[in-house]
Amino acid sequence: MTNKPLLTVNGLVKHFDISGGFLDQLRFSEGKFSRKRTVVHAVNGVSFEVRQGETLSVVGESGCGKSTLARTIIGLYPPTSGTILYKGARVDDLSPKAMLPYRAKMQMVFQDPYASLNPRMRVNQILDEPLRLHFPNLNAIQRAERIAAVMDQVGVRPGWATHYPHEFSGGQRQRISIARALMADPEFVVADEPISALDVSIQAQILNLLMDAQDERGLTYLFITHDLSVVEHISARVAVMYLGALCELAPVRELFEAPRHPYTRLLLSAIPKLGGERRRSARIQGETPTPINLPPGCVFHVRCPFATDLCRVEAPTLQDYGGALAACHGLEENRI
Amino acid sequence: MAALLTVNNLNVVFSMRFGDLRAVNDVSFSLESGQRLGLVGESGAGKSVTGFSIINLISRPGRIASGSITFEGRELTTLSPEEMRKLRGDRISMIFQDPMMTLNPVLTLGAQMTETLLAHENITRRQAEERAVETLKKVYIPSPDRRLGQYPHELSGGMRQRIIIAIALLTNPSLIIADEPTTALDVTIQAEILDLLYELTVNERMGLILITHDLAVVSQVTERIAVMYGGRIVETGPTMAVIDNPSHPYTRGLIGALPESAGGQRRLNQIQGAMPSLYHMPSGCAFHPRCPLAMDVCAKETPKLCETGERGTLTACFKTAACEAASL
Repeated sequence: MTNKPLLTVNGLVKHFDISGGFLDQLRFSEGKFSRKRTVVHAVNGVSFEVRQGETLSVVGESGCGKSTLARTIIGLYPPTSGTILYKGARVDDLSPKAMLPYRAKMQMVFQDPYASLNPRMRVNQILDEPLRLHFPNLNAIQRAERIAAVMDQVGVRPGWATHYPHEFSGGQRQRISIARALMADPEFVVADEPISALDVSIQAQILNLLMDAQDERGLTYLFITHDLSVVEHISARVAVMYLGALCELAPVRELFEAPRHPYTRLLLSAIPKLGGERRRSARIQGETPTPINLPPGCVFHVRCPFATDLCRVEAPTLQDYGGALAACHGLEENRI
Repeated sequence: MAALLTVNNLNVVFSMRFGDLRAVNDVSFSLESGQRLGLVGESGAGKSVTGFSIINLISRPGRIASGSITFEGRELTTLSPEEMRKLRGDRISMIFQDPMMTLNPVLTLGAQMTETLLAHENITRRQAEERAVETLKKVYIPSPDRRLGQYPHELSGGMRQRIIIAIALLTNPSLIIADEPTTALDVTIQAEILDLLYELTVNERMGLILITHDLAVVSQVTERIAVMYGGRIVETGPTMAVIDNPSHPYTRGLIGALPESAGGQRRLNQIQGAMPSLYHMPSGCAFHPRCPLAMDVCAKETPKLCETGERGTLTACFKTAACEAASL
């Protein structure tokens, strides 16, 4: 593993306008009509880099923007603002044609193996598609050989290539999704909750497969998950997100042994540990904010036990604490 | 102390055109007041069907083929639908997985909460509303009196699940069956809900059956555990004894596959293969095709639960516990 950045994300913002048509936007108050837009602030100014050969995990609860971040990086959503650099070259503003070579290098594995495989295509058709798109020079026999080799690598018998997705179990289907991502011979794989939909005994199989593929092909992973025990096992570094903002980004040992940001601490204290002592978790007061009505200042101040007046008005920026980055006024003022 | 609930040799069968599918096979367990039992297993293990069959929520083509369920001294399998209806939501309450699906989106929370009380008790609407507010306080809902007029969509997932728990508590049941109550929730909210369930069983001396696939959750909340595989209980005992010293190869595999059991090594231990479907249930011990310790006999005969030597735990395995074969 080197420290060279493979992917750099700078001030990435992604907002979704969900206000609907003109009539949906009309509001009537105090005798006047006005137009109101409703915007989901999914990702708000996130910057980080993914280093060559590492696994960077992004964790957070539902609605924190981690999946939107993944999909924006891979180019499924255009960013509202900010830039994405792949090996130093901007990839967020490319035409579909100029983007094509990068699409081969950057692949994605989705959460739900029941929804992400086309039910009308046979496995060999599913796996053939990326080859025909990215390697037009290969003939049918060469493509079939590659498909068989990758199927073998992910542990699906090549003899089943003519079967349909519904004939496979969830774990097998997720192996096929991983095979599809590997077909284009990528360098960078974004995995969005790849094991959350699977049974416990199958989760370990898929994690091992992902780690084996990384060792054999020198892959770099951006791993999106809410499961912290998995994160602790597979990642080199971990980024914690809350309401579209990055709270903390630290090497995995540091994060689990000495979490800095109050949200990271809350998150870690909430994981149920196998056979561990029962801990009382902090009870959350009031309603948690949503990305539609973002609180001013630090997005976490509503739930934060250390919040001061400054936290309520001014958003903190990421500061370096000996290799671990955290965005918190309390840490800056040395009172946490 | 007399048991609150005793399930004996329960068999649940789904009759299909091509034959019977046995979803629950010879399942027996018991629970005392204030005790918390975890039913653990992966999808298809039969844990939810077991939970549902206690209050007879099994609908055709499924039926309880044999076995007995005794609750507070009454046999439940022979109750008339009317008697069962009176018991359900009154003495035994159920909490389901998805708080988005369980509440009716077009009724206010007040209407949904008082409905249960008005159905089971002879009280006025005003009294029912007072009881509802009282119960909301018990589950730590902020500003409870304001909530009765609200609709489910106005609340977050964690708040909705607390409302559902409140509905389950309204009639002071002596048993709560919670089917994956925290699976749809975020970890910080999950921790809150688990704390709440734990506290309620201690303070109100309610029995709790927690159905889940998450061993860590079970180990935090329950005192006893029953691990299910292929419709049978394969191992049961005090939770910590089973988790610290599992004897069934499936329980060992399940615990061994967790990242925290990897003990510094990069590759995780994995169980080969996948849970069999009811259509293709293997002969003998259902786990034998995936079992690293399987012997010839495992493919032919099904082991009966027997003592393991570990205090109070039972397991069903020919290899690790030398159990007898179950008579068919």
